[in-house]
Amino acid sequence: MHPLLTDDPGKNMLLLGNEAIVRGALEAGLAVAAAYPGTPSSEIGNNLFQLTKEPEAHLYFEFSTNEKVAMEVAAAASAAGLRSLTCMKHVGMNVASDVLITLAYIGTKGGMVIITADDPSMHSSQNEQDNRYYAKLANLPMLEPSGPQEARDMTKAAFELSEELELPVIIRTTTRTSHVRGPVELGPLPARKQVVGNFERAPGRWVPVPGVARVRHKVLLEQMEKAQKKAESSVFNRIGGSGKTGIVASGVASCYVHDTIMELGCENQVSFLRLGFTYPQPRELLSEFLRSVDKILVVEELESFQEDALKALANELKINVPILGKASGHFSRLYEFDPAMVKNAIADILGYKVQRPKTPDLSRLPKLPMRPPSLCPGCPHRETYNAVKKALDLLGYTPKTIYPTDIGCYTLGLLPPIQMADYLICMGSSVGTSAGFSVATDQKIVSFIGDSTFFHSGISSLVNAVHNEHNFCLVVLDNSTTAMTGHQPNPGIKLRPPGYEKPRVPIEDVVRACGVKVVRKVNPYKKKATIEIFKEVLTNDKLSVVIAEAPCILYYRRVGGKK
Amino acid sequence: MAFQRILFTGVGGQGTLLASRLLGEAVMEEGLPVRVSEVHGMAQRGGVVESTVILGGLEGPIISNGEADILVSFEPLETLRALPKCHEDSWIISNIIPIQTLTVRLGQAEYPDPDRWIDFIKQHFKNTVAFDAESLAKEAGITRAVNIVLLGALAGCGTVPASPERLKRAIKKRIKPEFVEANLKAFELGLAQVSR
Repeated sequence: MHPLLTDDPGKNMLLLGNEAIVRGALEAGLAVAAAYPGTPSSEIGNNLFQLTKEPEAHLYFEFSTNEKVAMEVAAAASAAGLRSLTCMKHVGMNVASDVLITLAYIGTKGGMVIITADDPSMHSSQNEQDNRYYAKLANLPMLEPSGPQEARDMTKAAFELSEELELPVIIRTTTRTSHVRGPVELGPLPARKQVVGNFERAPGRWVPVPGVARVRHKVLLEQMEKAQKKAESSVFNRIGGSGKTGIVASGVASCYVHDTIMELGCENQVSFLRLGFTYPQPRELLSEFLRSVDKILVVEELESFQEDALKALANELKINVPILGKASGHFSRLYEFDPAMVKNAIADILGYKVQRPKTPDLSRLPKLPMRPPSLCPGCPHRETYNAVKKALDLLGYTPKTIYPTDIGCYTLGLLPPIQMADYLICMGSSVGTSAGFSVATDQKIVSFIGDSTFFHSGISSLVNAVHNEHNFCLVVLDNSTTAMTGHQPNPGIKLRPPGYEKPRVPIEDVVRACGVKVVRKVNPYKKKATIEIFKEVLTNDKLSVVIAEAPCILYYRRVGGKK
Repeated sequence: MAFQRILFTGVGGQGTLLASRLLGEAVMEEGLPVRVSEVHGMAQRGGVVESTVILGGLEGPIISNGEADILVSFEPLETLRALPKCHEDSWIISNIIPIQTLTVRLGQAEYPDPDRWIDFIKQHFKNTVAFDAESLAKEAGITRAVNIVLLGALAGCGTVPASPERLKRAIKKRIKPEFVEANLKAFELGLAQVSR
């Protein structure tokens, strides 16, 4: 049995934040979930995927082709009255945002929870955008856990809240809340039985033509007023300590504040407002807090989301309390925080002197060799890169070739000795930007995209390239899995997880159906033949797609090489 | 219970995350608060993998420079890289068998001489326990169990609030039955490295 189905209320399990979210959802009676994998959210989807193999979970989960599709699947399930969930990394929300913002208007029926996992410091991401602004942009309630127990509690509560307000509820984590383990006290699992949803037609509700949308926007504002009242009395917003110095914090930053207060023993000097229900802002609670202190330090990673809101509120209420944080230079908008940073800032405003631990002089340490991640030994991508390079060398094109790339393990082609990654924006950008380079330059263009990324957002750009007669060679690195995020299936895979019976959509068929005339398939381990094919398509001045097909070696080993 | 911050560091594939998780589970079974942090994503691709175990009711999952009370390192170069995290009273538990880096193999960088720099560590950190964990893992019959050998050594230091028995129970619970015996032996061999 899957450990997250442990039916032992009151028992503590050491769960990852992401696992705690899944547990909370199971306790809430989750029925339908869909996701596209992305670090740091991936373990949510992975666990849900494993849970679908458990008949007693009565759960439908799919890896959808991208975050937009996943959110649509979950939205419709909710409209049919079922509890649903979707999860994604922060940049996935950009892809799904078209759904999100109008979904807020039409609303939901069955509780629907949207999890966005942000990545301050960009441990495995291309930017560190602050997705709290999506709650504000779409005008939806948001909860932010600071640890695993809260992740479970908030997820469960988010389903209730969503059903009450008929709005999707956003749970925003960061790497340090998604990837932290801690004891989580289990609650009861509901008696689970197969649930079938029932969609009731109500075009005046679900079809936001302008006349409907105007009505629904008003409804959204009314519902968010109710949400604000909920935030005022939420158990997730709480004040501790007593003192004239106020601290407001949320997410993992609130952990550092908590630790500082314990370590400095300054409970009597500070009042600490720990925010967990972070949007809409609990205005009454914040006003009271503003009135109760002499100054406030706002401790939040990335943007000054709460700080700006507090300043606006203080201004509106004419409360003249200094509000410190980013603008005052106590914290940066860059990167994640660490405990010492927060400790120093708090000590600074309290006028404390922090006792730093004594550290030996390490100035004699030599320059240490770095250990950058690299493609695994024997990885098929390496062979493909080498073959392309060889073909370009033989044709004399190498110095002027542009290599647009995409998101996956193969982005590591950036590093020596391969160095064949020149331009990258987001998922699928290899194809669209190849089109742009082909219009703007007379340089040779060879771009790289993985199989899962191709399905995620490569297809419409490929149709565009055919129709607008762009000229480049797109290499699809088809390793039969979504390797970077931990080997999730995608529609094209030949190599299948045990028991995975879903129909296959071969990439070659899709590419041909897009209208590409020059389509070749290579086995990158057959070096000579691969080089010859690249020479052929690169000599030919036409749009071409080469599918380099060979399974990820790690995945191949894991599933025992069974095809 | 005292505040304590423990840093585990190693190279992808060495089992850093499992070791920290086992410690976390053992501490939880003692009924004490614990947080374990993990960084995922690049773990399988030869990069540095760090995890932390945070004790005493602290909640912040990462460790600032000078604040690691214990460093458990699976690889000597990574020990050197993590030294700025430690303070002069930190325990340093380190494997001494190097794993070359790609940059060293390509001749772009030089691997620091392990013997010389282990001496350096011992001079600067009085609580240093450095030994060949790989040979002990082999002796136990499971080469991969470097992580469990080091976990044993950590238990031997007697500073973590989980008894060796509790840790062994966590190993039995978490590790596949066919590997339990060898891993328990690896744990004992590590434990014996530290004379209190």
